[in-house]
Amino acid sequence: MQKIKTIIHKEWAEVFKNRLVLFTVIFLPLVMIALPLGTLAAMNTWSGEFNNVQELGEMQFMGELCIGLTEIECTQIYMLNLFTLMLMILPVIIPVTIAAYSIVGEKTARSLEPLLATPITTIELLTGKMIAAIVPAIGATWLSFAIYLAGARLMLPPRIFVYLVDPMWLLAIFVVSPLLTLLSVATALMISSRVSDPRVAEQLAGMVIMPIILLVLGQSVGFIIINQQIVVLLGVGAAIIDVLLVYLSVRVFQREMILTRWK
Amino acid sequence: MIHTENLSKKFNDHLAVDRLTLEIPEGEVFGFLGPNGAGKTTTVRMLTSLIAPTSGRATVFGYEVGRDDQNIRRNVGILTETPGLYDRLSAHHNLMIFANLYEVPDPTGQVKKYLRLLGLWERRADAASTFSKGMRQKLAIARALLHEPRVLFLDEPTSGLDPEAARLVRDFIAELKEQGRTIFICTHNLDEADRLCDRVAVFNTHLRVVDTPRGLRQQLFGRQVVFHLGEEAAKWQTAVASHPAIKHSEAHENKLVVTLEDPETHNPELIRLLVSQGAPIRFVGELRRTLEDVYLQLVR
Ligand SMILES: Nc1ncnc2c1ncn2[C@@H]1O[C@H](COP(=O)(O)OP(=O)(O)OP(=O)(O)O)[C@@H](O)[C@H]1O
Ligand SMILES: [Mg+2]
Repeated sequence: MQKIKTIIHKEWAEVFKNRLVLFTVIFLPLVMIALPLGTLAAMNTWSGEFNNVQELGEMQFMGELCIGLTEIECTQIYMLNLFTLMLMILPVIIPVTIAAYSIVGEKTARSLEPLLATPITTIELLTGKMIAAIVPAIGATWLSFAIYLAGARLMLPPRIFVYLVDPMWLLAIFVVSPLLTLLSVATALMISSRVSDPRVAEQLAGMVIMPIILLVLGQSVGFIIINQQIVVLLGVGAAIIDVLLVYLSVRVFQREMILTRWK
Repeated sequence: MIHTENLSKKFNDHLAVDRLTLEIPEGEVFGFLGPNGAGKTTTVRMLTSLIAPTSGRATVFGYEVGRDDQNIRRNVGILTETPGLYDRLSAHHNLMIFANLYEVPDPTGQVKKYLRLLGLWERRADAASTFSKGMRQKLAIARALLHEPRVLFLDEPTSGLDPEAARLVRDFIAELKEQGRTIFICTHNLDEADRLCDRVAVFNTHLRVVDTPRGLRQQLFGRQVVFHLGEEAAKWQTAVASHPAIKHSEAHENKLVVTLEDPETHNPELIRLLVSQGAPIRFVGELRRTLEDVYLQLVR
């Protein structure tokens, strides 16, 4: 336990001295918060007719979601969904960056061999590295969500705000996001062990983000409307892949393999 | 302290270490010599439980490689061939990490002790990336010693250091020897091996020979005496060549070199013989072969 803690502290001390990592962990969440809050603020200054959405109109693709709401309210909900979905890029992209640098960095610095010569077990080492990537990712995601909620609470009428604290989004942020984080860390770990440039590792592992990007795109062109079913499906899918990946990494990462292949 | 028996390592189809059998007693400084790619680093990695042997067995500190790996790791120190440091972290932080990983009882105290001992205390707060190669090597040596291992593996400890830094590291190794630690050194520096090691092995995938540096010299070249004469030595060669104690003789310009079993007994006879025949002897001395001569003879 003490050794895992040592690894985690070491990773943080080292990895956060890297500008690119710092940018991803701090700047990206800021953008992800500023974007929706800015949009909401802009929307609040709009004026126009407040037609109730009752018949089939422009908002038809939102389905039953908008029945009984005005057009602008419906647009707001649509935007909220899009932005919250975009927030879910964070738990995927942040750990990829950290993990890619923490492992490939170790390889390029040639510090792995002395590390493996210590009485740390392979599981402790991998756990430490994974936690070091997972915690900041989940932390940044939840903190961003909290700030986003607080801002939205101020700018939105309560009857719209409830759409944000909907069980679907709570599930997405608090359950599905950590599952996605684990998925991207495990993927980054696997890929990092095969390449020797952190940027390549980052780009390859960044592919994990594709499903989220597709959802965001689908949502923005009105092709997919995010709903509870999709969120649950995403969570279950991530959980299954997580179990597989963790099982695989524990099987695959033997000391000798790490030493002779991670170079 | 270190014991191997037919220890072998194969990488795919490439045999890197072939049936190595060694016995290194406690407190010995053991030099492991061999050309590039001989399998020295591979041997060290097996003995420190970093990679598994393909066949054969080895024990270190009584613990068996492949079975008691954690115990081996706890009890040995290793300076790896390319000792990477955490460049963004300070010297002090680098050592603290390893003190914790080795579960050192008083990490702060130990780190302080070795920073002082290796002359890095003043620079303890500086990032490792600002260190010179010699300082980095010293920091890596400190890192290998934090848990006070009784067995120490040093893979080319002075390679790439300037003479002064190399000297410092060598003196430090000599101190470690004084403390009774068992030290296994891979080196290409034969002079260093000659001075530091109780015994040396010449190794190139197979073990060629193990002996004390002195023993090796004798084993290969016998003991040689050189007579410095006042004239061309060739004409005196025949005068001594027939002497029964002489196994071999050579003449180079003014020097007559003879190989004999027991110079202490036979030198007076030879000198008398040569003088009686009128040879102008200027000096008589023992011809010292360097370990380098031995080594080159063996690996060729
Ligand atoms: N992980 C590995 N995979 C495949 N071959 C390897 C591996 N490690 C070492 N070898 C091979 O094993 C042989 C011995 O290598 P090793 O590094 O032990 O030599 P060395 O004696 O330490 O050489 P040097 O003096 O250059 O450090 C070499 O031919 C090397 O190519
Ligand atoms: Mg080597």
